[in-house]
Amino acid sequence: MPLLEAQGISKVFGKLTALDGAGLTVDENEFHGLIGPNGSGKSTLMKCVAGAEVPTTGKVSFVNTDITAFTPTERARAGMSLKFQITSVLPTLTLYDNILLALQAHSSLFDLVLSRTRNRLHDQVMTMLAQFRLADRAHDAAAALSHGQQQWLEIAMALAGRPRLLLLDEPTGGMSLEERRVTGELLQPIKQHCSLVIVEHDLDFIRDICDRLTVLDQGKVLASGTVAEIQANKSVQEIYLRRA
Amino acid sequence: MSGAREAVARISEDVVTGEGLPAARAPVQQASAGWKVLPIVEGLVLMIALVLPWVLQDYLTVFATRVVILALFALSFDLVWGYAGIMSFGQALFFGAAGYGVALLARDLNVTSILLILPAGTLIGLTASLLLGGFLLLGRYPSSVIFVSLGTLTGSYAADRLARGWYYLGGQNGIPSIPPLTLGSYEFEEGPIYYYMVLGILVVVYLLCRFLVRSQFGLALAGLRENEQRIAFFGYKAQHLKAIIFAVGGTIAGLAGSLYAFHEGFVWPNMLGVVFSTQVVLYVLFGGSGTLIGAVIGTVIIEGVSFWLSDNYRDVWPIILGVLLLLVIMFRPLGLVSFVLGERERVGSFGKAPKSKETGHAAP
Repeated sequence: MPLLEAQGISKVFGKLTALDGAGLTVDENEFHGLIGPNGSGKSTLMKCVAGAEVPTTGKVSFVNTDITAFTPTERARAGMSLKFQITSVLPTLTLYDNILLALQAHSSLFDLVLSRTRNRLHDQVMTMLAQFRLADRAHDAAAALSHGQQQWLEIAMALAGRPRLLLLDEPTGGMSLEERRVTGELLQPIKQHCSLVIVEHDLDFIRDICDRLTVLDQGKVLASGTVAEIQANKSVQEIYLRRA
Repeated sequence: MSGAREAVARISEDVVTGEGLPAARAPVQQASAGWKVLPIVEGLVLMIALVLPWVLQDYLTVFATRVVILALFALSFDLVWGYAGIMSFGQALFFGAAGYGVALLARDLNVTSILLILPAGTLIGLTASLLLGGFLLLGRYPSSVIFVSLGTLTGSYAADRLARGWYYLGGQNGIPSIPPLTLGSYEFEEGPIYYYMVLGILVVVYLLCRFLVRSQFGLALAGLRENEQRIAFFGYKAQHLKAIIFAVGGTIAGLAGSLYAFHEGFVWPNMLGVVFSTQVVLYVLFGGSGTLIGAVIGTVIIEGVSFWLSDNYRDVWPIILGVLLLLVIMFRPLGLVSFVLGERERVGSFGKAPKSKETGHAAP
């Protein structure tokens, strides 16, 4: 059974059909890239999977459960996590507190009020910060980070709850070449415990880290397969040549 | 709505200062080096409050007592708006409902014991805010700011109209001549003893609020205030958090309302209404939201200045006060305390206490 299976997803905004029967299948521990020209519906499909948008028709299953109507909170509790396209770290809080906020999400109300989990979570917070090369900035406000570092912080936050599936919407947007390379490195180790769906314009980046790709065009799936299969696919080459 | 604007200003300010340039680092570190402004301000305010009855004439002590009760009321709004970002324009509903409730207990059942009145008022505040908060905040999806602010506003307005029209509640005149609060055979009359009693309650409630907003729950509130959608994606039940803090606020407002009713000796429909609900918004914005002490300072200064102005400039004082408020909110969107309190200290840190790290004590 695949970890995530989205079938027949359509999304209509007024007169605009953003998605027209698109689908997406992701296995355990698979890095799956979602690509396509601008306006092909990548972000909308991602949002339908994440619960930020409700699909007009279609069904999303996650770990054998129909989650189409789940709220974001319910999806998070089922093991799905999301990094937004626009960085949404909490700028006034320190990096440390940003991570702690993500880690303590499943603590009980009682534990939160009495601050009973923060000592236990301390090491995890520092480990995550170190993993994303942010440990020396732990007590700076997140607003003081560079754009690339904010993206890393946000990925760290998205991973904090040990999700089984992480959805990344344009993680390398606005990053320098060097930062992109590091992002790829930072993502590799999570494969042991987590699958990844990644929407990205940078095809080199996608090619380097993904196992499989799904190509969308005008709200439909144009092709889906391994990176090699997609690279050999004539119609995919065509739409990318057409735009290039 | 100036509150919402203030929040936006706060966020965009951070974005501007945090463009990621190396220079942006320095002020952040500097601010965390000078940590101790808040306790100093809190200590000063407490010291002034403690000596007041000795330097004030009796009628001014009565006025000061009223201000302390209003400061308690302002705390309740600061929790709800300043910390959780819930725009409640109906905070007076809980204050007034508790005031009316305990006034009825005194009038119809001859209950005046402080040991019954204060728990009763608190319970009324809690119940009313659970009902209204449950209705406004506990949807499957987050409710919009407009829905919540209009909902609370309408609640407050409706309660005001209801009280005005209901003969049992005394209509326009409210319920007059509430007997004094009692403890055994002792009667709390207006004056220094009543003052110190409410000051003691304010200090206790303040410390509890302080504990709450600096706990890990306070961190969750900070997340809620800054980006509700984001924390829902972490798995927080954001609506529950909001309903809980709204109820805590309502509870404190209820406590304040019952103290107010017995202090003034009567309750009247304005206590429930929109004007009074707005007044508490002003106290908190003026003093500085999300700091607790800002709510207290704002209340004291607005009430003090109005009192002085209305004595000295009988005709134009509301205009002077209005301009003053506007100036502060325009040029100091984070309120008066932001003159001495830096952004970093206001937001605070929530991680593991450094002390336990050094001494090696783990929390039990």
